[in-house]
Amino acid sequence: MTNRLNFLIIGKRMSLHQKSVFFALFSAFLFLAVAGCGTGSKQKLTIAGSTSVEPFAERLAELYMRNHPEVEINVQGGGSSAGIRAVTSHICQIGMSSRHLTDEEAKTLHQFTIAYDGIVLVVNRQNPVRNLTLEQARALFSGRLRFWDELGWEHRRITLVTREEGSGTRASFEEMVMKDDRGEMASFSADALVQDSNGAVREIVARDPAAIGYISMGLVDERCSALSLNGITPNDSTIRSCTYPLSRRFLFLTSSPPQGLTKQFIDYVLSPEGQRALAEEGLTPVSE
Amino acid sequence: MRERLIQTGLAIVAFSAVAAIFLIAIFIFFEGTPLVVKVGLLRFLASSHWAPTKGHFGILPMIVGSLEVTLLAILVGALLGLSCALFLAEFAPRWSVRILKPLIELLAGIPSVVYGFIGVVVLVPWIRNTFGGPGFSVLASGLVLGIMVLPTIIAISLDALQAVPLSYKEGSLALGATRWQTLYRVMLPAARSGIIAGFVLGMGRAVGETMAVIMVAGNALTIPHSLLQPVRTLTSNIALEMGYATGDHQAALFATGMVLFIITILLNTIALFAVRTRR
Repeated sequence: MTNRLNFLIIGKRMSLHQKSVFFALFSAFLFLAVAGCGTGSKQKLTIAGSTSVEPFAERLAELYMRNHPEVEINVQGGGSSAGIRAVTSHICQIGMSSRHLTDEEAKTLHQFTIAYDGIVLVVNRQNPVRNLTLEQARALFSGRLRFWDELGWEHRRITLVTREEGSGTRASFEEMVMKDDRGEMASFSADALVQDSNGAVREIVARDPAAIGYISMGLVDERCSALSLNGITPNDSTIRSCTYPLSRRFLFLTSSPPQGLTKQFIDYVLSPEGQRALAEEGLTPVSE
Repeated sequence: MRERLIQTGLAIVAFSAVAAIFLIAIFIFFEGTPLVVKVGLLRFLASSHWAPTKGHFGILPMIVGSLEVTLLAILVGALLGLSCALFLAEFAPRWSVRILKPLIELLAGIPSVVYGFIGVVVLVPWIRNTFGGPGFSVLASGLVLGIMVLPTIIAISLDALQAVPLSYKEGSLALGATRWQTLYRVMLPAARSGIIAGFVLGMGRAVGETMAVIMVAGNALTIPHSLLQPVRTLTSNIALEMGYATGDHQAALFATGMVLFIITILLNTIALFAVRTRR
């Protein structure tokens, strides 16, 4: 449609000669455009589901397609439940889920744990607070706790740092922290600073003594202190066993034993190379 | 024949540049309008609840935020820029103009991420330690943008001042007015429309700037009522969230772009008229 518009705007007042030149250029352009997206013979794989897993699956797909130009992998969001439904009804080959399957779902689907996701609360090195309860964390991020003395430090206004809407880490955090026992979702305090990467959150926490934020376990470093939650320290083993409250399993799901491209891609994800790529993005790999 | 070919070629290139702008505008409106219709224009513009993945699309905090930051930037930029232009036009010895002017133009060439970085590393901690609060604030964004719009304001006001006929100045001085009186009563009024155009174009730049603002503004979703509170602008709203946005969320970001587009067009039109009335 855009091409035709372009033509209409330019084509209005042109002589015959001008038109032929224009058409030559135009068809060259069209040819390039078509050649650029010639997809006729490509093998296709569709992955759909959890928006928390989506960015990681996209990264993996990107890496995989770089080495396998004959393959086209299409990653879509929609949520864990939508992914489970889609793979059950054969709309996609691989479903993504960040929640446990119900017994019924587990009966019909094949599960592959691709990685563990641990989200860690981080504070500045000067901050002596070392542990929070989930309720405290919820009160903090919804803006009900506003000063550090309520948590046993000095009287200092708390600087909240959160992630942007749409981020997988934010969605996980909301799901696991901001939801109370009755399933009511508290909303983030409007005063919270919003940053668009784990790194930017860490940077603010490292510089501002009053700051608290949350980042993926894989990106915690010595410039900030990680807090325990409900008395449990986040580390690879508490995250893999899901005893640490902010940890969960990322699943790939298939409706039948994987074959062909589906199998090759899952094998790639579970290979040392795929696992390393996931670790670089901040996830905890399946094994040491 | 060759003449014609070159002429045609240039015409095609020129037209496609203009066509690109039109296509972008059409595309933005095409993508954004359905959401505005769905949510309702008033709810979209006047609600301050922004949670696009949960169906709330109010961009009031971002509109107010953009305006606040831009106003502060233009205050800072106008004060510094106009003083600088006056100095260069009236007081500076010619050799220093020859050094200063290119240096100011160089300011325009520094990538915005560098301004943002300096803002994060120097300005934000300074504000946090001196005035309290998180440091990421309206103040930080306004100051950074104020510096960033300087080249625009200085260049255009300097042109305007230099375009004032020499006879005005000579006449005023001959009547016994002091140099300051001449400047204040004759030069500035004569160059007024050009100077205003400079301010308005500067505002356009400030409204549209993204990277530096994301880095120092804090991007919180409140309507700030103090200079020390964090703020989110229209541009940073788009750039922050476009990464994983899909469906209505993405459409809402396009709709944010529509609002931004309209504001920028308005500012540029005002600037155009301001320049025209001068002639």
